[in-house]
Parts: sequence; structure tokens; C-alpha cells
Amino acid sequence: MSARIAIVDSGGANIASLEFALARLGVAAELTVDAETIRRAERVLLPGVGAARDSMARLREHGLVDVIRGLEQPVLGICLGMQLLAEASEEDDVDCLGVLPGLARRLEARNDLPVPNMGWCMTRHVSRDPLLDGIADESWYYYLHSYALPVGDYTLATATHGAEFSAIVRSGNFVAAQFHPERSSAAGATLLRNFAAPGV
Amino acid sequence: MVFYDITASPDGRSVDRSWVSTVARILDIPFCVAGGIRSLADAEEVLNKGADKISVNTPALERPALIDELAGRFGTQCVVLGVDSRQEDDDYLVYQYTGDPDKTAPAKRGTLEWVREAQDRGAGEIVLNCMNQDGVRKGYDVAQLAAVRRVSTVPLVASGGAGAIGHFSAVFRQARVDAALAASVFHSGEIAIPALKEALLRDGIEMRPGGESA
Repeated sequence: MSARIAIVDSGGANIASLEFALARLGVAAELTVDAETIRRAERVLLPGVGAARDSMARLREHGLVDVIRGLEQPVLGICLGMQLLAEASEEDDVDCLGVLPGLARRLEARNDLPVPNMGWCMTRHVSRDPLLDGIADESWYYYLHSYALPVGDYTLATATHGAEFSAIVRSGNFVAAQFHPERSSAAGATLLRNFAAPGV
Repeated sequence: MVFYDITASPDGRSVDRSWVSTVARILDIPFCVAGGIRSLADAEEVLNKGADKISVNTPALERPALIDELAGRFGTQCVVLGVDSRQEDDDYLVYQYTGDPDKTAPAKRGTLEWVREAQDRGAGEIVLNCMNQDGVRKGYDVAQLAAVRRVSTVPLVASGGAGAIGHFSAVFRQARVDAALAASVFHSGEIAIPALKEALLRDGIEMRPGGESA
């Protein structure tokens, strides 16, 4: 029996946070780099903390690049996982999975605007989506990042750190969040519950 | 939420792992763990138990390259530098082994230089504990925090001295810190976090409102 949710073990070190958050929601999840387990899962989570180059190397090493590109079930990228789903990242100029259009760009640092962006940011909905059901517009989520995707047609929600960036995006069955829903209190838990629910 | 095992370094050990997991399972906000993390292996273990960030203080003073190693492996956003600093004459100086009053000793480094170096090495956040103010509840060391703010390009967290709601307001406004840490006033219940957040929001300090429910 395949796990309902497969968490791609992209090598980020704090995947335990995500596993604990899913456990609190009563959702079964399996951490894996096995292509078959990932293909058969009902939902796939692509988390990530660390460097884009290391994580892409890990996905290649396990033969997962084309596996992830070819997934047809709902896929949620989180934080670096979102950037891995993009075409490329400015971080080390690394080519990524390319299922989301656009390039992850470095946030601009200023003295009054430190990078990484580390903290709670108000997040504005710009488009309706089942992933956002039951979540109030202008909810706050916890962000921890130095790179972000620009705002585009695929953007469901935005946040601002100096400039506006994509907080949540959707392209077909691929969705992604720049923040950490597993560490974003009630709003984050609702988003994860929506992703795990049938029909999202 | 920060969990400090402050006697880990002076006692020559590393933070108790079982605690980390117990807390991480029930916590749905970011979780930072500190205490005697001396190696990539120590850090990896703590992160695998559910911490989101690790904070290093004395071990980074003993071996500054630890910061480069941690940032290279886990990303700068994962690496917090804790600094215990004291004003002496016109200078701010770093102290180490501060978890044990008998072992607390000068690190022979200036605070501003240490913060600059740690950032260059990859520290993604600075928690500055101002020892002159720590535990006396007379307010944060706004002058020192403002001086460190001027040299830091990463988030700065104020620590040491919180005793009243007005102290939080002052440190956000005057030192432009990104966050303010407090322990005893929260643990004793003297300041309730929802009331603090309401007061700060009324003062025009932007933050996630309290009392949110699903």
C-alpha cells in the first residue's frame, strides 16, 4: 500500500517539522527518494532547506528529475522546494525542474531590510483556489528565504519584502508556497489540510 | 520560540536531543535550538529531531569556521549566532561560556567585529544578549542594539532586559530590531503575549496579530 503523501527527501535538514505537522493533521506521509513510491503517492510534497544546487544534485542522483516533472497528482513545493520547481535559480545559477515558469531571484538586501527574510509576513490573496479555502486573506505565514519567484499569471498570493514576490503559485497540478506552512500556526495547518484533501 | 540549554557549553556537552523532538511535535511556530552545538553532526541531529534553526554561541567563538560549515550545509537561514555582549568603557565586548557564572569569560573579541565576521561567514540571524541588562528587567540596551543594527545586514533579535511592555516598544522603535526575545516575564506570566502584541500593534509596530485560531 502506497503512502497517501510522499515527501521527497530533498536533503533539507528540517523535514521533521513537516512530518510532525502532517501527523498533527492525522495525515500519513512517507519520506522517500524512491521513484515508484513517489509516482504512486496520492500527493507529493517537495520540501527544501539549504542550497538549490545541493538539492538539485540530490534529485539527479536519485533519478528524480524526470519523475517529478512527470507527476500528474497534486504536488506542493515548500520554500526551496518552490524554487526547485521553477526554471532556474539565481543561487549559483542552477537549472531547476522547470515545471513553474520563471526564475528564483535573490531578495534585495538593505540596511532596514535584512536578507534572509526571516519572520512572519502578511500574505495577500490575488486569485481564488481550493488550496486557500477557509484561509482569511491577509493571513500571516512564517518565511525563511533569500530567493523568491516573481509575481506572474500563476500567482495565487503575494507577500512583500522590499518588493512584492510570489507567496503561493499554481501551475496545473503543481502548487508551491514560499513560506513554511508547517511552522505557520493555524493558517499554515489549514493550507496543508487543504492540500491533503481530495479534489485540490 | 527558542530553546536554550545554556549550561551545555560550560558543561562540555550538547543540548538534550529528546527534548527537541518532544517540543517540535506539538509546536506549530518556528523552533530554534541552542546549546553546545559544535559540529555538523550535532547540528544535523538537532535539525532531524525537528528544530528549524540552530543557534551557536560559544562553539562559534572556539572555532569560527563552524559558522561557514553550518551555513554551507544547511543554508544561512538555518544558522543563528548568539552573542553575549557587555559594555565596558566605550566598547562592547563578547563573553563566552555564559551559561555558568563561574566559567563566564571574555572572548577577547569586540562585539561589532564579531557580528561582522559571523555574517561574512554565513550567520543568517543574530541574537544579541546584552549582559548588562540581562535579568534586571530595566529595558533592553537600546544603544548597544542600535550600534549592532548599523553593522548587521541580517535579522537582529534583541535579548536581555525586558521587564515591561514599553521596553519592547522602545527597542523596536529606537534600535529597529527585527524581533525582541524575552523569557522570565513570559514564564512568570507578568506579561501576557496577546496583550503585548495588542499594545505593540497599537504603537504601529507591524507583526502577526495574536489570538489567532483555526
